[in-house]
Amino acid sequence: MDHAATHSENDYNYKVVRQFTVMTVIWGIVGMSVGVLIAAQLIWPALNFDTPWLTYSRLRPLHTNAVIFAFGTSALMACSFYIVQRTCQTRLFGGPLASIVFWGWQLIIVSAAISLPLGYTTSKEYAELEWPIGILIAVVWVIYAIVFFGTLAKRKTTHIYVANWFFGAFIITIAMLHIINNLAIPLSYTKSYSIYAGAVDAMVQWWYGHNAVGFLLTAGFLGMMYYFVPKQAGRPVYSYRLSIVHFWALVSIYIWAGPHHLHYTALPDWAQSLGMVMSLILFAPSWGGMINGIMTLSGAWHKLRYDPILRFLIVSLSFYGMSTFEGPMMAIKTVNALSHYTDWTVGHVHSGALGWVAMVTIGSIYHLIPVLFNQERMYSTKLINTHFWLATIGVVLYIVAMWISGVMQGLMWRAVNEDGTLTYSFIESIEASYPFYFVRLVGGLFFLGGMLLMAYNVFKTISATDGSLKATEQA
Amino acid sequence: MDFGTFSGLYTAFLILIFIGIFAWAYSKRRKKDFEEAANLVFADEVNQKHGTSSQGAKPQ
Repeated sequence: MDHAATHSENDYNYKVVRQFTVMTVIWGIVGMSVGVLIAAQLIWPALNFDTPWLTYSRLRPLHTNAVIFAFGTSALMACSFYIVQRTCQTRLFGGPLASIVFWGWQLIIVSAAISLPLGYTTSKEYAELEWPIGILIAVVWVIYAIVFFGTLAKRKTTHIYVANWFFGAFIITIAMLHIINNLAIPLSYTKSYSIYAGAVDAMVQWWYGHNAVGFLLTAGFLGMMYYFVPKQAGRPVYSYRLSIVHFWALVSIYIWAGPHHLHYTALPDWAQSLGMVMSLILFAPSWGGMINGIMTLSGAWHKLRYDPILRFLIVSLSFYGMSTFEGPMMAIKTVNALSHYTDWTVGHVHSGALGWVAMVTIGSIYHLIPVLFNQERMYSTKLINTHFWLATIGVVLYIVAMWISGVMQGLMWRAVNEDGTLTYSFIESIEASYPFYFVRLVGGLFFLGGMLLMAYNVFKTISATDGSLKATEQA
Repeated sequence: MDFGTFSGLYTAFLILIFIGIFAWAYSKRRKKDFEEAANLVFADEVNQKHGTSSQGAKPQ
């Protein structure tokens, strides 16, 4: 077994993993910087400098696309290519196809970064990119699927490790969602109209939107969790059996939860109730997965004391647990009547996006960089620790500010006088939100500051002489 | 068969499938296979002594 392992180790295609890993850090900084800028614009609107392509309306989709599809998806591609090779003990399938995935994906990101500020948009949230870019995404995605599943097919192991099941579900579902939601009639190269109309369009859009959350931002990152948490903790996952039940329950329930984005709209009432009930059931597999990840540390809790990478991974699971409790709660129609359209939603999204997705990614990258660049550890473990605290404080400031601001907005909007007139005008609720917008900006700056530290640490690790950074033994 | 009956039967069918997956995952016969699968994370390391450093996996 040992000599086979050595053999396959040398055969791995690490080039594409290195490329995607480095770009994850860079795109993370870009996407989060745009986020900080638009957070500042909400306090000081003059920051759009009266320039159309710097307005909030154009930069907001740039921010969401950059963090989800540039930062998050680059991380997923890096980790899925790495994990599928190491757990199947074989080189990536398809030779140059992996490179095509990398360069194709970067081309898509650059096209998005140019076309969104210019104002080209389908106006579908998280699917704003116009049809030529949409087609390019579909093509690159299919090549990605060929490389991934081709590698699974030629594996040298009997089993397909559970992380690959999650990546596989993520890849197939995103292809299906993207293609169906983006079906459109083009008018010109830069303008198209969805083939769906009215409530059907809304339902297809949120079937897409919620499952992008469920399969890209959840299943994909759970794949990372199921590899990097055991690897970093030095022990196999707490319960492999639970991971199987977790997988099937999660993928079969998530797909029905989309209508909770459309409570009290023109969507039929039964569809709203179905979305609510499915969202509530979803709590069970979500927490099953979280418990499975955290309990992997049982008997090794002391490692959290000196290993900030493990701390990133475990705290990300805590935020995952928190936001997957909050989500089902917010999907209850009566709670949603208060929370919808307020900053509470924004806070919920960032508790998942920063607390779970970004932190599990950061932990995984700190694990990956030394392995990929022939070192035993990162340049500075101290800086990882500083990054951990900056990130944690940043997320907490962000979500607490948005909770308070969101509940306040909901209460102000529904308040009525005795004669039935509204107590507050809309602008009064905005005025009351300013202090919280400021706290949110500070939280965002903390988080971005941590990313900059990471970039420095990654740069120093990559540029160090091969093998010069030696691991330190821990008690 | 009206829509309500169909939904009820379909829900029962899905519950049976779920119980089936659960029973399969937790059956005694699968125990050894799953333990092997869980250790795939470490299977391609030349140095089988894992978890000795703060960085976990080491490059070979």
